[in-house]
Amino acid sequence: MTESSLKPIRRLQLPFQIHVEQRLEDVPRWFPVLISFGAIVVALILGGIIIVIAGGDPFATYIHIARASFGSLGVFSDTLVKATPLIFVGLACALAFKMRLWNIGAEGQFFMGAWGASLVVLLPILPSETPQWLFILVMLVVGMVCGAIWGFIPGFLKAKLQVNEIITTLMMNYIAVSWVNYFIFAVWTEGGFQMSRMFPKNAWLPRLSDLAESMPIFRGLTTHSGLLLALVAAGVVWFILFRSQWGYEIRLLGDNRDAARYAGISVARNTIFVMMLSGALAGLAGMSEISGVVHRLQGAISPGYGFTGIIVAWLAKLNPAAVIVVSILFGALILAGREIQPSGIPKMIQGCILVCLIASDFLLRYRVYITRRIQE
Amino acid sequence: MELVNEQTQKKVVVSMRGIVKKFPGVLANDAVDFELIEGEVHALLGENGAGKSTLMNILAGLYRPEAGTISIRGKAVSFNSPKDAIQAGIGMVHQHFMLVPSQSVTENILLGLDEPRFRLRLREYEQKVVELGERFGLHVDPRAKVWQLSVGEQQRVEILKMLYRGAQVLIMDEPTAVLAPTEIEDLFKTLHSMAAEDQSIIFISHKLQEVLEISDRVTVLRRGKVTASGIPLINTTRAELARLMVDREVLFRLEKKAVEAGDKVLEVQDIRAENDRGLPALREMSLNVRAGEIVGLAGVAGNGQRELAEVITGLRKITGGKILVHGEDLTNKPVKTGIRRGISHIPEDRTHVGTAGNLSITDNTIMKNYNQPPIGQRWVVNAVLANKYAEDLQKAYDIVVPSIKTPVRLLSGGNLQRVILAREISSQPSLLVAVQPTRGLDVGAIEGVQRLLLAQREAGAAILLISEELEELLSLSDRIYVIYEGKIMGEVLDGDIEKIGMMMTGTPMKDIEARGSK
Amino acid sequence: MDLIIILQAGVASGTVLLFATIGEIFTERSGVLNLGIEGMMLVGAMTSFSITLKTGNPWLGVVAAMAAAGLISQIHAFITVTLQADQVVSGLSVSFLGTGLSLVLGEGLSKAGTVSLLPSFSIPYLSQIPLLGPVFFTKQSVLVYIGYLVFPLCWYFINKTRPGMHLRAVGEYPAAADALGINVYRLRYLYVFVGGMFSGVAGATISLAVSPGWFSELTTAGQGWIAVGLVIFAQWNPLRAAVGSYVFGALRRLILDIQGPLLLFGLPNPFYYNPYYGFFLQMIPYAFTIIVLILGSREAMRKRMGAPAALGLPYIRGQRGL
Repeated sequence: MTESSLKPIRRLQLPFQIHVEQRLEDVPRWFPVLISFGAIVVALILGGIIIVIAGGDPFATYIHIARASFGSLGVFSDTLVKATPLIFVGLACALAFKMRLWNIGAEGQFFMGAWGASLVVLLPILPSETPQWLFILVMLVVGMVCGAIWGFIPGFLKAKLQVNEIITTLMMNYIAVSWVNYFIFAVWTEGGFQMSRMFPKNAWLPRLSDLAESMPIFRGLTTHSGLLLALVAAGVVWFILFRSQWGYEIRLLGDNRDAARYAGISVARNTIFVMMLSGALAGLAGMSEISGVVHRLQGAISPGYGFTGIIVAWLAKLNPAAVIVVSILFGALILAGREIQPSGIPKMIQGCILVCLIASDFLLRYRVYITRRIQE
Repeated sequence: MELVNEQTQKKVVVSMRGIVKKFPGVLANDAVDFELIEGEVHALLGENGAGKSTLMNILAGLYRPEAGTISIRGKAVSFNSPKDAIQAGIGMVHQHFMLVPSQSVTENILLGLDEPRFRLRLREYEQKVVELGERFGLHVDPRAKVWQLSVGEQQRVEILKMLYRGAQVLIMDEPTAVLAPTEIEDLFKTLHSMAAEDQSIIFISHKLQEVLEISDRVTVLRRGKVTASGIPLINTTRAELARLMVDREVLFRLEKKAVEAGDKVLEVQDIRAENDRGLPALREMSLNVRAGEIVGLAGVAGNGQRELAEVITGLRKITGGKILVHGEDLTNKPVKTGIRRGISHIPEDRTHVGTAGNLSITDNTIMKNYNQPPIGQRWVVNAVLANKYAEDLQKAYDIVVPSIKTPVRLLSGGNLQRVILAREISSQPSLLVAVQPTRGLDVGAIEGVQRLLLAQREAGAAILLISEELEELLSLSDRIYVIYEGKIMGEVLDGDIEKIGMMMTGTPMKDIEARGSK
Repeated sequence: MDLIIILQAGVASGTVLLFATIGEIFTERSGVLNLGIEGMMLVGAMTSFSITLKTGNPWLGVVAAMAAAGLISQIHAFITVTLQADQVVSGLSVSFLGTGLSLVLGEGLSKAGTVSLLPSFSIPYLSQIPLLGPVFFTKQSVLVYIGYLVFPLCWYFINKTRPGMHLRAVGEYPAAADALGINVYRLRYLYVFVGGMFSGVAGATISLAVSPGWFSELTTAGQGWIAVGLVIFAQWNPLRAAVGSYVFGALRRLILDIQGPLLLFGLPNPFYYNPYYGFFLQMIPYAFTIIVLILGSREAMRKRMGAPAALGLPYIRGQRGL
């Protein structure tokens, strides 16, 4: 090219300059929490704007959500009921995501877990006069196994044939819902209704209200012992991820598959096992919901728990302890959301939160600051 | 107003004045001046990390300097992107080629241009590419996909790409590192024919011999500063250049003690393996390594070296032959078995294979022994012991970090390599496979790595050193094998560079000997 | 049960998948994975229906759907291209957001009644061809005919033109493209937008042509996800995408229609006598997607080809490698 093509480049001159610099040192521990909190606030503001566009009142909506979920001991107990399955699916997603396996199938695994638990009562595997501890134990195991099978299939396909697990787990969701629908419509229907018969009392997870005779304060509280199980599960997942050899393998695989292979860790085997445990955890959510809340198998047992679990896991930065806290917040949103119009609001707010959250991750990796432009 | 160089009375094409470029923690260029005149081959000489590539990346528009001015033929310019530089007639051939592997040669050459406007009339442009290639002796099939080409051919495509854009200044970043000796000769012929057409070439190198052979003038950089600016090479000696390049009194010498080689630790017998594309990468090759010796593997990049390292360490399956370690058959055994039998592996790719960037130093140092006592106990990893282990290694190997909890992605290249070496050597391996262990490190770090390798040799380890740096191989190895297209061409005991060079381009040892005896 | 009618309806239904799949091919070819198709399709379907309802002009509805879905796609572009966040999670979030948005803003649309639809017509002469005529060229919506033009044009654009070459380069080796002055960020934004617009059209194809109306999440019923799977099956090639889309469309119709007749292959139709078996039929498209993915993966492994090399990776100038 000739010199005449060397033109000075004109640029839009803003009165300030945005500098972006990669962080070269670790951020303090409180910083990510602050950023996530900020992201939620921004998300709620954006959600409020959308509510205004749709003709609603954002302040009334948010106040309603807060009151309907934390306003009294009774509603807080209901919030915890909604949080329980979220903890399980949140853990399921956190575990799989830690290995960078995109298990989007927690919803389907939830349904299969619920179906498996119902199988124990309705097939029946155990007679209805079985003692409660045995009933619940077997329901737990069968629920977990069914969820694990639903995780195994995509896991196996991913490990052996490199089939994209995002799509397979998603497709498995639809299949699971149809599968459960078939049973509640055709096999276990009670008097033509789209639900099974009520489970016997000894197949129910104990509730707080069961203790009301000795402790009256628990009267009418719906929180069930599934919450306890969920807390135990969180502890177990934490221990696996951060203290066990298997967890080390999972974390190494999640950060760098090639490095893990180089360290002699089997990608295929871990893919299958992690997907199975992830499925089992989501299956547990289904079991606890069936045995602790609805006490029968029916169609509308999940307001999208499996998908909310993805957001829960991400907001918790894949940390099992944080999953518990985040699940309670989202439990509140789901609980209060049932009465809000238009009905899509909770889903929309969840979407907003996830969008803002991943956008905010940028601030963890980069320093951004604004200075006045210096005239060159 | 065009500038004229006083000594040569030739037109000045590029003039860089007072260039300053900082990177976090490093002053890469400290007030550097550089001047290029028409029709010359100008070498930019300096050790690794001296700031040569940085300076040229600034000239090519990839980086923006903090201070300093650039003028092209007397006109001040400011490049915001490589495109600006290309428009000003400056083209750079990077060390890592910037070619799209799935596209054809012609497509790669046309990439980013305004012609053709919409429809790709490839047949028409293929003809132009052939014509341009003939003019400068750069022969390459314009329809071939880039992934099908050899490294040397890819380099020709890169040069063609810049010539097609009318580049009058061609920057070549360490162009010989990936070439076999005969290919280097061809390249030099091309560069001379370009200089004869009044094009200017900047030749970045850290190899004195090459610089003396190809260039007209040389600028030497040392730790970001110019130590010699545009001196003619006609009456310059090798020793003078070396002194300008390295500020120590003498070039460091490795103390290589005599070690009696012991039993055969590694025996590779007639192995065959495929590369990632399913094409044969190793074809019936055999070699062995004894305890207490460093065996070098020389060869042009991409002749099966990576695959060989992967096969020995169990990362890649072989389709034929046998691998014995201490006489035990480890053919197609999992990586873990190899690790348990004392095989250590310093991989070529530090960031993508050797370490996990977001995990801590601790997690990275226990990669090979997290499941063995004392750190691994039954199902758990003992966090206290793991941290102590990491701390010990950090001290022993001078890994400079604020804390062992720091994620390793924040480490410099040299520190990262020390983490890998610490992990791989502290297990006292009986067999060490080291692939390009010093690539991209600065001089001090290279010396450290080479010392560690020699120490392992004295400790009785069998070391297979795979490198593309012939000088490194010659100074470290007891024996050198040469690999070409997945076959061993022969073995050299006396470090005869000429023979190694011939074998690197595919002449087997027996042919060389047959010729010699005639 | 008339096979011709099923195939004819299948082509129409496949057009939805065709638009969504082609859009995603553009996006992925530029190196960005956008899992938000389902959400963007819902936004498109909702917007087109609502705008058509207000204005009475379905063409305005289609344009609005393209704009709305394109706008949503830019959230994904900003998060993944500029902020370099994980493309999988960002895509999921866009899908959730799109779904939520369409539910909130589409509240009440399901009871809104009917709208004027896009025109359907037969093509003279072509509709006379035996077999092909009735299936492809008789009483199809104008969008179906547009679909016939779109997929070969897209193939030509990607493989035989300069902008297409730049698109491929950006998805395979962005650093190389950048070094030659191709603006990687701008192209990625652009093709994420193109993918969004196609998703919008796909949504509009449902609500204004194939199965008119707004049925909240059931409007798309997972077709956006199936499209993501089809992209893999199609090996990022619009021609293969067309084959996959039409086959899937036909399959979806077949499942709907198979429950009708009393006899199937001369035997009593089990799906007629036990309608609950319909739940198993409902699984078929999803199970079939998995099977298609398995076949696609096996083929990709055998031929050792695959996704655009830089798919899923953010581009940061000056970073080594891709």
